[in-house]
Formats: sequence, structure tokens, C-alpha cells
Amino acid sequence: MKLKVNNVEFAYKSVSVLEDVSLELNRAEVLGIVGPNGTGKSTLIRCIDHILNPKRGSILLDDHNVSKMGRMEIARKMGYVPQSLEGVFPASVIDTVLMGRRPYLGWKSSKEDLDCVLEVLELLGITEFAMRDIKEISGGQQQKVLIARALAQKANILLLDEPTSNLDIRHQLEVMGIIKNIVKNKGISAIMALHDLNLASRYADRIIMMKEGKIFAVGNPASVLTVENIKEVYGVRALVKDDGEGPYIIPLEPVTS
Amino acid sequence: METKQHTLTKEEVRSQYNKLIGKKVFFIFFLLFSIILVSGISASMGSANLSIWETYSSILNRLFPAYFEPGWLADVCIWNLRLPRIFMGIVAGFGLGIAGCVTQAVLKNPLASPYTLGISSGAGFGASLAILTGTSVAGGNYLVIGNAFLFALLCSFIILGLSNRKGATPETMILAGIAMMYLFAAMTTILQYFGEAEAVKEAVFWTVGDLDRSSWPKVTIILGVLTCCLPLLMIKSPDLNLMTAGDETAASLGVNVKRTRIILMSITTLLVACIVCFTGTIGFIGLVAPHFTRIAVGGDNRFALPVSGLLGALLLTSADLVARIILAPIILPVGAITAFMGAPLFLYMIMKRKKEYW
Repeated sequence: MKLKVNNVEFAYKSVSVLEDVSLELNRAEVLGIVGPNGTGKSTLIRCIDHILNPKRGSILLDDHNVSKMGRMEIARKMGYVPQSLEGVFPASVIDTVLMGRRPYLGWKSSKEDLDCVLEVLELLGITEFAMRDIKEISGGQQQKVLIARALAQKANILLLDEPTSNLDIRHQLEVMGIIKNIVKNKGISAIMALHDLNLASRYADRIIMMKEGKIFAVGNPASVLTVENIKEVYGVRALVKDDGEGPYIIPLEPVTS
Repeated sequence: METKQHTLTKEEVRSQYNKLIGKKVFFIFFLLFSIILVSGISASMGSANLSIWETYSSILNRLFPAYFEPGWLADVCIWNLRLPRIFMGIVAGFGLGIAGCVTQAVLKNPLASPYTLGISSGAGFGASLAILTGTSVAGGNYLVIGNAFLFALLCSFIILGLSNRKGATPETMILAGIAMMYLFAAMTTILQYFGEAEAVKEAVFWTVGDLDRSSWPKVTIILGVLTCCLPLLMIKSPDLNLMTAGDETAASLGVNVKRTRIILMSITTLLVACIVCFTGTIGFIGLVAPHFTRIAVGGDNRFALPVSGLLGALLLTSADLVARIILAPIILPVGAITAFMGAPLFLYMIMKRKKEYW
């Protein structure tokens, strides 16, 4: 499935958040979106999933305009992984992942739904937590549960909003590895907003760097994550090294202009 | 924690999951049985001093007329006084329980109750207006009731209308609800300030929830509304589950969050207004039933809604039984008894709960 975003604009009240954003997502591709706080990374992801309605521009899935699709239809094609767990009431891990079957499910969950969920839990290695309450497992495991829910949706496109923001380095690598593997093995695609430039460099096929609601640079990690770009977009002096594994970034100090 | 070493396999999870569902279904039947039991006890208790045999021959006589010969007193007492009251307790308790569960889930707030959207203060104002000034939108016997019902709806729909303009978020609903509650309470106070002493007393008595005013037509009306509302709420219960997991998540899984929220709140408003106008404000049921429910069967609203309703019915019928016998022949207002019984139980549950959240 191919995703195209054309000239999308979005504003909260009168504050413009996204201006003229266009991008394309190919099959079996991981697209990383990086940029400072408040540049509209999360907003862009929500606009793509039509959780927010863009003011102008269009989002096309295989040339079908998303704004003409029903909510359920969108939900069968794109899965959204929020930044962290919400909710004040108890829910077990298995019930949470079963929620991902909602776009397919009648009122009662069927045996197929349960099969699908059990398979996804196994894929992410969280079967043993299935009956636990979701608030009683660690942050890394919670993040896996949220990804599992999106996978249970059987969507072709995953939209992830900073999937690693609350995780320790091991869980960061685990979660990113899982996403990358699923994308390559199942031929789906993923867009993820990321804060950590090194994770973006390592796991994204292409990177979009955003600045103040606009796309500043786009391309493979080596072409986007440059000393100049980081200085221009983040206002940070950084070292960028490359020893064959892709660039890695060592931030040094904020630039005072 | 040592026992957790054994990791679960897929098939174990499947069987545990199915077993858990079975347990929830069993709990529903257990509650149904308890309600019948309490109702049965309640029917045989009261100031008329009927024997258990008299009670049940009177009840069974209507079902199998050929076999029993109940006394005239028993017949009047059971069929005109006790049974309407018991059934009123069941339908009102069920309605409040389920409305509380929906309201808490929709507003994502464990402190919410069916009265959060101002229904009780609206109804109180409507009733006071009718009692104190004699003016009403409806006439005859149903003057006070009709007025209470209309003002309860008015108050809630102003809140829903206002919050709908602001994106229908739980926060705006709760805040608008509090504002309207104060407004209507203040209007009631002004009315009472200028009212005659006797009329004020009557108005205050009206607002204290009780089941003294029960009758078969009233039970039928509530039952009718309940039969319309319950299926609608149950159909929406999976969507409600998604909404408690976060608005964005729900939207990404295909739910029209704003519309669902307004629909659900409108249905519960109608249901609760219908109950409150007949019984006055019976507090606590709509607050505690959902909490007990989540402790017993978890947060899945497909089960939580019916269980909360049944628990509400059980709580209210039990409270009314206590209200009738504890100081007999004086009948205490059940609205106060629910809090007397519920509060200690509730505190106990809060102190004992294992989880750090609801």
C-alpha cells in the first residue's frame, strides 16, 4: 500500500502547526520524522490517520482520498500507536490488544479475533503478560502492547508517535527492532515520529526533518542528519560520525545566535 | 512473585481467557439470584405482619389462580404496596447503576455519577417550582413529576449542547455540569426562600430520594424507558471500551468519539431523568455500583454495564429493605440508607483495593 500526503495544512485555532507538508511512503519502508518539540510531528501523524482533519491538502491511500473513507475503513488500513498508555480504568493486556480487532469485529470477539491476538502477542514476546493488568507491567512492555494492538488491526501502515519516548536503551532497541522486522517481513510500512536522532539514523530507511511546521529536509539518514541541518533545525552544535553503520550524532552544546 | 516463573503458552492464555469470561457470566447469574432472594425476603417483611405463607400464596395466586386462597389484606398489602416498591427498587437501581457506569466511562472519571450532568439539581428545581408556585408545564397528578422530568432534561441538555460546541471533551462536560448544578441549586434556594413553610418542607422531602411513591404505572414507565435504553447502551459498549483507552486511540480504531459521547450521555440522561422524577435523588448507587463492578468483573464495559445495573438493583432493594425494617413502622428515606450502608463498604473497598487506580 502506498501513502501520499499532498500539501497538508493544519492549525489549532489560529496557530498554524503544519504548512504545506507533502510526503510519500513506499511499501516496506520505515519513514522517520524528526524535529524539535512543537514542530508538528505528532500533528502530522494524527492528520494522516484523520484523527485530526487537515485544513487543506489531501491524504491518499493507493490514490483513494482518506477524507472520503469511513472511520472503520481507515482503521482497517492504518494503525495508530499513541505515545503512551492512557485510561483510568483497569484493562487486561489481552483485552487491550483485542481492541485492535474492533474495525473487524461484531459485538462479541470471535475465535478468529482471539487467534489473531494470540499470534500477535507471541510475535512480540508478551504472551506471558496476556492476563495481567496493563498498568502492572513495565513501560517497555506497555509500549509493546500498544504496538500489538496496532498489529492486531492488520493495518498496512503503522503510524507511531514516539514509540520509544519512555523506554530504557534496551527496550528502545527491542521495540525499534520489532517494528523494523515486521515492516520488512510483512511488507507493511511505518511512519514514526522520533526524538532520538541516533535511533532514527539506525532504523529509518528515510528521514524527514521538520522545522516549524514545514519539511526542512528529506532523504536517507546520511543526507539529512548533517552538522548543518542539526544546527539549523535544533540550534545545536553536534558531531556527526559515520563508521559504516550509518551516521551517529553526538550533541555538544546549544548554539547561541 | 516466585510463582510467576512459569511462562504462559498461547493455549493456556486462551483457556484462561475463556474461563474468565465464564466467571463473568456466572457472576451475572449470581446477581440475578441475589436480587430475587432479597426481593423475596423484602416481600414478606413489613408492618402488616403477614406470614411467609400468606405472602407467597398471594404472589403465587396471581400466577396460578386456581391453587391458592390468599386473604384480602395480604393481597392488597403485597400487590399494592410491597411489590410495586420492590420492583421500583429493582428498575430504579438498575437504571442508576448502569447510568453510573456509562457516565464514569464516558467522562473517564471515577468520581462521576449519573448526577454529574446536573440531573438532580434540575429535577429538584422543577419539583420545587411546581410545589411552591403551583405552576407547571404538565397538569394533574403528574404536575410535580412532569416538571421535575422536564427541568432535569433541560439542565442536562444545556450542558451537552454547550460542551458539544467545545468538542464535547469530558472536562467541559464536567465543568459545565458543576456550573449548572450550582445555578439550579441557587434558583431552588431562592424559590424556597420565598415559599410557605409547609410547601418548602414538601419540596425538601421531594428531593430526598425514596421509594414511597412507587406504583405499577411508574414501574412500567421506567421499565419501558429501560428496555429502550439498555440495548442502545449495550451496542455502544465496545466503543465505550475504546474511548476509555483514549480519544485518539478510539478514533484511530474507527470510533466517532464526539458523536458516541453525546449519544451515550443523552441516553443516560433520559434514563436517569425518568427515574429521578419518580424517586427523587437517590445518591450513591450510581457512584459505587460501577466501582464494585470493576473490582468484580474488570473494566470491559460489555460486562461492566449489565453487572453495574444488577448491582445497583441489588444495592437499592437491599437498602430499601433495611430502610423499612430498621425503625419499623417508621420508613426511613432510602436515599439516606444507601449512603449509610454504601459509604463504609465503599471506604473498605478503597482501602483494600490492590490496584493504584480505578
